[in-house]
Amino acid sequence: MKTSNRISRRNFLLSSAAVGGGLALGFTLPASKAQAAAAAGPKRVNIWVEVAPDDSVTIKYARSEMGQGSLTSAPQIVADELDANWEQVHIAYVDVHEHILMNKAWGSMQTVGSQTIRNSQSYLRQAGATARAMLVAAAAQTWKVPASEITVKNGIVAHAASKKQSGFGALAALAATQAVPKDVPLKDPATWNIIGQSKPRVDIPASVNGTQVYGIDVSLPGMVYAAIAQSPVFGGKARGFAADSARKRRGVIDIFTIDDGASVVVVADNWWRAKNALAEVVIDWDEQGNGKADNASIRKFFEAGLTATDAAPLPNNKGDVDTAMKGAGKVLEAEYFTPYLSHSPMEPMGATVQISAAEVHVWASTQVADGLASEVAAALKLKPEVVIVHRVQAGGGFGRRGSGDFARQAALIAAKLPQGTPVKLLWSREEDTQHGMYRPLAMYKLKGALDANNNVVAWQTRIASGSLMAQRIGAPLAKGVDGMATEGFSRLPYEVANQDHSYIQRATHVPIGFWRTVGWSQTPFAREQFIDELAAAAGEDPLKFRVRHMAADELSRHILETAAKAAGWDTAPPKGVFRGIATTEPYASFTAAVVELSVNDAGVITIHRIVQAINPGYVVNPLNVRAQLEGATVWALSAAMWGEIGIERGRVKQANFHDYRVLRLKEMPKVDVVLAPTGGFWGGVGEPGQAPLIPALCNALFAATGKRYRSLPLTQHGLSLA
Amino acid sequence: MKLQINNQVHEVDVEPEMPLLWVLRDILDLKGTKYSCGIAQCGACTVHIDGEPMRSCVLPVSSAEGKRITTIEGLSHDASHPVQQAWVKHQVPQCGYCQSGQIMTAVSLLEKISKPTDADINAAMTNICRCGTYKRIRDAIHDVAGNAPEVAKA
Repeated sequence: MKTSNRISRRNFLLSSAAVGGGLALGFTLPASKAQAAAAAGPKRVNIWVEVAPDDSVTIKYARSEMGQGSLTSAPQIVADELDANWEQVHIAYVDVHEHILMNKAWGSMQTVGSQTIRNSQSYLRQAGATARAMLVAAAAQTWKVPASEITVKNGIVAHAASKKQSGFGALAALAATQAVPKDVPLKDPATWNIIGQSKPRVDIPASVNGTQVYGIDVSLPGMVYAAIAQSPVFGGKARGFAADSARKRRGVIDIFTIDDGASVVVVADNWWRAKNALAEVVIDWDEQGNGKADNASIRKFFEAGLTATDAAPLPNNKGDVDTAMKGAGKVLEAEYFTPYLSHSPMEPMGATVQISAAEVHVWASTQVADGLASEVAAALKLKPEVVIVHRVQAGGGFGRRGSGDFARQAALIAAKLPQGTPVKLLWSREEDTQHGMYRPLAMYKLKGALDANNNVVAWQTRIASGSLMAQRIGAPLAKGVDGMATEGFSRLPYEVANQDHSYIQRATHVPIGFWRTVGWSQTPFAREQFIDELAAAAGEDPLKFRVRHMAADELSRHILETAAKAAGWDTAPPKGVFRGIATTEPYASFTAAVVELSVNDAGVITIHRIVQAINPGYVVNPLNVRAQLEGATVWALSAAMWGEIGIERGRVKQANFHDYRVLRLKEMPKVDVVLAPTGGFWGGVGEPGQAPLIPALCNALFAATGKRYRSLPLTQHGLSLA
Repeated sequence: MKLQINNQVHEVDVEPEMPLLWVLRDILDLKGTKYSCGIAQCGACTVHIDGEPMRSCVLPVSSAEGKRITTIEGLSHDASHPVQQAWVKHQVPQCGYCQSGQIMTAVSLLEKISKPTDADINAAMTNICRCGTYKRIRDAIHDVAGNAPEVAKA
């Protein structure tokens, strides 16, 4: 790489430091600020652990931070096996470019699917334990004592017999030269002393004084700003545009289309000027035949999928459903509907790109830092090795930033500008709402049968939904089934001898994406209400009915009973108060919820309390797990009450937070989070909390009103939230 | 035009109708105040004008001329404001993006009502948080007010 190209990078660091952010330079725990400042010449013991002469330890973090907290909790795992002193630990992002040049040495950077802890813990523990063993080997060599007699505790390496001890700093250089031991034994979870602790989040101090740097905050010398208008109808193209008056506006630099006319862009010296000029551009859009699609036509297409004969069976089908249904005492049927939803993170989409002769620099809030380099490289027909992605905190992600569409656009815009010009693309909130990667719309048709003893003897499910695998990832479906659209039905926690589940893909022109909790955000709405419907048909308590069908699924029973106990399920609620319950098994975790509410004659719902229980196997940071479940509750309630992206004339009807309502503070109910880790497995935390919540809410509404709410959002049924 | 921001006078040459938010962010490089909705719905852009919380995304800069403008950067030099400290103590932020606006709104509430009730908090704190930090925001405000403090559970 040429030195000249590095200058812009340094400028960014200086600029970000000028805003007061230390982000690009790494996070520092408050107590170790002085030590970190003095930390000259750190030694890399391995790629995850660097030790400075002053004993401070820098632990690398490979994934993104978007509010889920693993910037703090993932390094806790390394620090524990390392037996570091947490007060001396400081956390830094892995350099994305180095990661790509080193053949992705730090593993996956994907911050999706609640996987940062569960899919990294094995190599993070190994990294900490290995670095510890190498520090011990260095001490053994220095002190000429057997390594087996050396202990490490709280950042101190010691040999009791010779009364020798040392911090990590003095041993780091020698440790780095040691042979890397293989298969170092890991700690017994019972002896963990940093994992399991509510360590304060390292990114929080910068979030309370305005110094946190998000993608939108990047500032570079000579930077220009871009506003974008994407085709209102998905898939449309601009035939042409008239921009005579817009070009004359103050600050406007250029106006052009990108992506073969899919978007019109105004570049100006200030974003507000670019956006205002864009509003004056008259664009002639070719709708490419998609301008007639609407809610009704889409619904009709999905409904046809519920009875189509070419659906694909799920692998867990068993028995003979038809025969079992015929011989059954009671047969129930129900249809459920869940709409398209927008992520709407608080920070709108955008990216800053600077293209020089040899390198492309990208600054963007992303959930897939290395994937972004590939996407930008592909757009510019370059190799990913020349694309340098810079880390920033994401102002919310929720799956939306798993896509790199906005960075791709910024790269195409930069390519149209004089070489070396940094350009910051920012979407307006309206563009964000109307050009999402929406949670797929899905419809479910369920049929179930009870025998004479009120046992569920047959269960049939038809799922009609978009396919993230086929439509977003572009991968073929395994035997016609999309794993994400069918999660929740591909393994029922309930024992039913005869099962027949099937999936049919319904692709429309509406783009779909990974929306927090993905399939688990919607399949439980059908499954966990239907099991309630079966319980009601049997005249049984919904908890007891579920438990009775869960004899072989100990962990599902455990979390369900944990939530029920915390909610006082066995004690009758006060008069006029009703409860609903639901249980789920998302992202290798187990979650259950109880909602306690009352509903008045006007349909106003008062939620008195929500109990959220989770068993993620192990809890790395209890405080953060609680925060994630509180947040997931807000997320789920927003979707339940108001969430809907509707289509009209081929385009999205909603535009901003006034018509895409989300929960506000005054509507926040009391939430009691119960952490119930059993150990023995590693499950996710960021998404599972949402899964049981909406069905628990709807089951409580049934208890209160006797009515089943089988489509969302609930405001469409005349309900509102107090 | 002259603007008094965080006790400093800044001279800017901008259109009078440019919203204060964009003057702060793109002209003066004060990036702590955030853009999110642009229509005064979410409150991420909240600043104080003569001590009053205002949504700077819809406030023409000309209407702030001659007034005291305070942004998150001007709240304290070292995050020592009691509301900032309570935000850390209760581990309020998740992604953190809305929190400048939440904090500015909370500071204003507490300046007007030193011991706000839940109803006062409901009425004042209309800012949107997509991560869902509302419970902790409420707890932190009660803590600053000395209302039966409830520290974030460990």
